[in-house]
Amino acid sequence: MVKLPIYMDNHATTPVDRRVLEAMLPYFTEKFGNAASRNHSFGWEAEEAVDRARGQIAGLINAKSKEIIFTSGATESDNLAVKGVLEFHKDKGNHIVTCVTEHKAILDSCRTLERNGKAVVTYLPVDKYGMVDPDGVRKAITDKTVLITIMYANNEIGTIHPIAQIGKIAKEKGVIFHCDAVQAVGKIPVDVERDNIDLLSMSGHKIYGPKGVGALYVRSKGPRVRLTPQMDGGGHERGMRSGTLNVTGIVGLGKACELAGAEMAEEGRRLLELRNKLQAGIFERLDEVYLNGHPTDRLPGNLNVSFAYVEGESLLMGISDIAVSSGSACTSATLEPSYVIRALGIDEELAHSSIRFGIGRFNTPEEVDFVTDRVSREVKRLREMSPLYEMAKEGIDLKSVNWKAE
Amino acid sequence: MAYSEKVIDHYSNPRNVGSFAKGEDNVGTGIVGAPECGDVMKLQLKINPANGVIEDAKFKTFGCGSAIASSSYVTELVKGKHIEEAMAIKNSAIVKELNLPPVKIHCSVLAEDAIKAAISDWKQHQEQGGEAAPAQKKADQA
Repeated sequence: MVKLPIYMDNHATTPVDRRVLEAMLPYFTEKFGNAASRNHSFGWEAEEAVDRARGQIAGLINAKSKEIIFTSGATESDNLAVKGVLEFHKDKGNHIVTCVTEHKAILDSCRTLERNGKAVVTYLPVDKYGMVDPDGVRKAITDKTVLITIMYANNEIGTIHPIAQIGKIAKEKGVIFHCDAVQAVGKIPVDVERDNIDLLSMSGHKIYGPKGVGALYVRSKGPRVRLTPQMDGGGHERGMRSGTLNVTGIVGLGKACELAGAEMAEEGRRLLELRNKLQAGIFERLDEVYLNGHPTDRLPGNLNVSFAYVEGESLLMGISDIAVSSGSACTSATLEPSYVIRALGIDEELAHSSIRFGIGRFNTPEEVDFVTDRVSREVKRLREMSPLYEMAKEGIDLKSVNWKAE
Repeated sequence: MAYSEKVIDHYSNPRNVGSFAKGEDNVGTGIVGAPECGDVMKLQLKINPANGVIEDAKFKTFGCGSAIASSSYVTELVKGKHIEEAMAIKNSAIVKELNLPPVKIHCSVLAEDAIKAAISDWKQHQEQGGEAAPAQKKADQA
């Protein structure tokens, strides 16, 4: 028997790995020093721990230790990258190239800059798999472009963008390339040299580390990336991010990166197997299920599907002992269905019917079997209750109906 | 978001799910909402033409748990009522019974609209003296 509830929402957050917690614990109590205290052993101890973490993080993405800037999380890293670069280079240009399926931390940072007259932003479309076209990036670049920001892999549909190609274009054109790699780091190989990434955001709690800590990689050479700090204070982190370092969090982030790197190949294969099992099981048991995102270029633990004729929130309610998430309007604060799913150009109804499964380190094959069975049964029950399913089975084209909307 | 016990009960054990047989006499059908908005309710009422009393009700709903619960509750609420009484049902009664939070009030509005749409469909057929038309035509007319 599997233990309920089952957590299968690992794109939202992940539990802290026990090994990460163990590494962190001493830094709450005995080793509590301020890493900026330069003249006693408490400070040295903390600084040492921070430096070790920097090395662990840098190692995972093929960067140098000093290129890692600690932040409170990926939202801060994204804000610092986008706003910091635009502000620093305001005399050079004001144009940003990004894409419509970026995380809100990027999109809203861009909108703030637009609103304040500090930037002009090109939001590139994506194809039906949610992938941005590198050629579109190239064409969007103008002599005013100072930043390209494209995520490594999408948090909803798992699609992995052609980052190395985009990085190559950015380098050719001499434009700074920022990549929000929150979902990719620790899951798939990310290499800032191979991919020509100049700035990279990452987060602790997506990789079995703690919440409230993240990092921004800032390239130091070829080119040296400059940005204006967004927080004033003691000039920590080479002046780019003031504030006493969150030593425990940083130790956790470092350990989480070390583990992710060491186990990536094997864990990636295991996740892919589980994902394929879940996908095959669902598609076998149900008709009219549609995959959202790229069929192969996607994160191993991600499965995003739309169950036609069933509204997402009602499905979540029916499988309340399984934690997954939906692109349905009813599950969002804005009452709008997912902008990521809508950007794929699929029917709006299917956006309301989308469910994201995020398989992670602690999920088992037994859990996948349980989820497959539970979800399939609930979809069948809700379809029996769905007027749309009934109409479709009668051969009525739902698009031909003149719906009377509220 | 936590659901009220009554919403969970109606969602888990929906009352009167289904459709009347095609061409069944004295059935009025109301279809409200739209798939792209994430809510479609189909409410069917079997109404006695002699006295205007709702004798049976069935529903099918595509929507969130609160939408399903609202339509399920409405089928119970209207049974045995005269159509004039049923026309007077306000969405606030559904909100109160099911303890719907503010973001779910639109579900109750949709359920109120469904009652009105079904009754007006029935009336139309009474005037025409014809059979109920297939469901999708109703949505067209609405």
